Amino acid sequence: MSAGHSYDAEAYWKANLRLIFGSLIVWALVSYGFAILLRPMLAGIPIGGTDLGFWFAQQGSILTFIALIFHYAWRMNKIDEKFGVHEE
Amino acid sequence: MSQFAINIIFVGGSFLLYIAIAIWAKAGSTSDFYVAGGGVHPITNGAAIGADWMSAASFISMAGLIAAGGYANSTFLMGWTGGYVLLAMLLAPYLRKFGKFTVPEFIGDRFYSKNARLVAVICLIVASVTYVIGQMAGAGVAFSRFLEVDSTVGLMIAAVVVFVYAVMGGMKGITYTQVAQYCVLIVAYTIPAVFISLQLTGNPIPGLGLFSTHVDSGMPILSKLNQVITDLGFNEYTADIDNKLNMVLFTLSLMIGTAGLPHVIIRFFTVPKVADARWSAGWALVFIALLYLTAPAVASMARLNLMTTIYPDGTSAEPIQYDERPNWIKEWEVTGLIQFTDKNEDGRIQLYNDSEAFAPTAEARGWNGNELVVNRDILVLANPEIANLPGWVIGLIAAGGLAAALSTAAGLLLAISSAVSHDLIKGSINPAISEKGELLAARISMAVAIVVATYLGANPPGFAAQVVALAFGIAAASLFPALMMGIFSKRVNNTGAIAGMLSGLTFTLVYIFVYKGWLFIPGTANLPDTPENWVLGISPLSIGAVGAIVNFAVAFIVSNATEEPPVEIQELVESVRYPRGAGQAQDH
Repeated sequence: MSAGHSYDAEAYWKANLRLIFGSLIVWALVSYGFAILLRPMLAGIPIGGTDLGFWFAQQGSILTFIALIFHYAWRMNKIDEKFGVHEE
Repeated sequence: MSQFAINIIFVGGSFLLYIAIAIWAKAGSTSDFYVAGGGVHPITNGAAIGADWMSAASFISMAGLIAAGGYANSTFLMGWTGGYVLLAMLLAPYLRKFGKFTVPEFIGDRFYSKNARLVAVICLIVASVTYVIGQMAGAGVAFSRFLEVDSTVGLMIAAVVVFVYAVMGGMKGITYTQVAQYCVLIVAYTIPAVFISLQLTGNPIPGLGLFSTHVDSGMPILSKLNQVITDLGFNEYTADIDNKLNMVLFTLSLMIGTAGLPHVIIRFFTVPKVADARWSAGWALVFIALLYLTAPAVASMARLNLMTTIYPDGTSAEPIQYDERPNWIKEWEVTGLIQFTDKNEDGRIQLYNDSEAFAPTAEARGWNGNELVVNRDILVLANPEIANLPGWVIGLIAAGGLAAALSTAAGLLLAISSAVSHDLIKGSINPAISEKGELLAARISMAVAIVVATYLGANPPGFAAQVVALAFGIAAASLFPALMMGIFSKRVNNTGAIAGMLSGLTFTLVYIFVYKGWLFIPGTANLPDTPENWVLGISPLSIGAVGAIVNFAVAFIVSNATEEPPVEIQELVESVRYPRGAGQAQDH
């Protein structure tokens, strides 16, 4: 990075950290939250003979993880371009 | 055609395919050998990561674990997939930008220390060797069941096949065989699952069938399963559990362990660009999820099928006569993985939970103890037979199980051999080695690693069974935090990183050894490995996450008490954060 880009570089890294932070909140919420710790609170929502927490533990968390990675990849590519740090 | 002939055709055919790919993808340079020349398409790499990651444990054992534990064992599903989110956001793109060949190389350069690199090499080798023994042993078992050879002979055949394509092709050969192996294993896994889901629920997608109505009873399939197994004294399948702290920490250990396993990380070095590393992680998880979303359906449906086979007229009626047992039970009895003892001598198979709470019911029914012991590892392998599927599906399962074991073994062997040839030989012992010399050294270390893994697969040491504790514990407590801090902190220095890795590692190993025996030698454990003895109810399998926290904390405290890393190191950290200028992975 040349000196002229140093401000941009910092803002780029902050944008990345914000995106990671937001993604990891969702990541933790669906797995440690809905599927484990908050399962008793979701027990009232029935789904196929069990409750929503069980669905998140065996299906929903994995589906959310996929969506999170693709969202991150897509957003980061935009951010790379916006700050001009994308690959040629 | 006999089942044996069908199995030979499927397994033999798949092996010929792998060898043909190896001949086509011969490695000509160290870059080919370590990172497949760095030109792998992100979707191709995603499929290769899928096969690299999904081992004999995922293919054969995981559904059995879930079938036995129900909700409580969802930890494996979340833990072994959630790590990819961490890889995609916290490690893969930056390590790809760094653009070198191995994981210890990054740790050595970032923490400007040969000792840090050496600690990383040792962690890598211990974690990978533990892991690879299980794969070789798994391949041996699959051979002995389906090809009717002795498991040691089976192991030798597996070793020769891996030898051919891994030593010749290195990462390049491994990448393209892994793509083929992914196709074989996913088709093998999903076909029986789709048929069983159709039979039981009428829904062809197993992940949806799991929450659909059971055709025979008109109840949701999970309610039906709960009813059947609680009638026989087992815990409810979907029941919540009390020890949530342990469940959270176990899942977290699996996630950060997954993200820290070197054989997975190095696959991200093979794509051309940083952006590709991000996409690759997404595709990898799509390919992995095809199996992981199916596994819980296989688990509950196979368990229900087993129960209704034994109790065809419902749980309140008598179970089947031993003489009228289906053929697949007879075949698995030969292997010793299903065992029957007629404890009350009534000629029927009483399958139930021998617990104290259920004892009065069992006594009232004239039962004298559970009579059928079913090894949970056979669930996936026996699945097509349980569902009466045609012989070619069984042949496919055999080829799929072997594909899962061999693809993971090859990935691990590459991680081990590149650590030896690139980090130890080129990095320490003989830095002046020519590229040709290094390539030869890489091939020789690969060959030695295969011989060692085969020997240990045939004579598994005590630690081989501790893959989850040892491999994931080490990756979680030592490698993951060091890599992450190397990217996200400019302040963590060599002293801090080494102190962090060593304390995370020591803490984790000591906690495991206290309950599992020192170096897993039987009889040397200080405390019995039961929940009452665990500190705060934390199992030794879950301790990797705590070890990671110890690593982070020690590294920060020590780094802040000592001097800042040199300017060029801070610039290195800066450079891995920005994608621009990522060339192909290279040597210098």
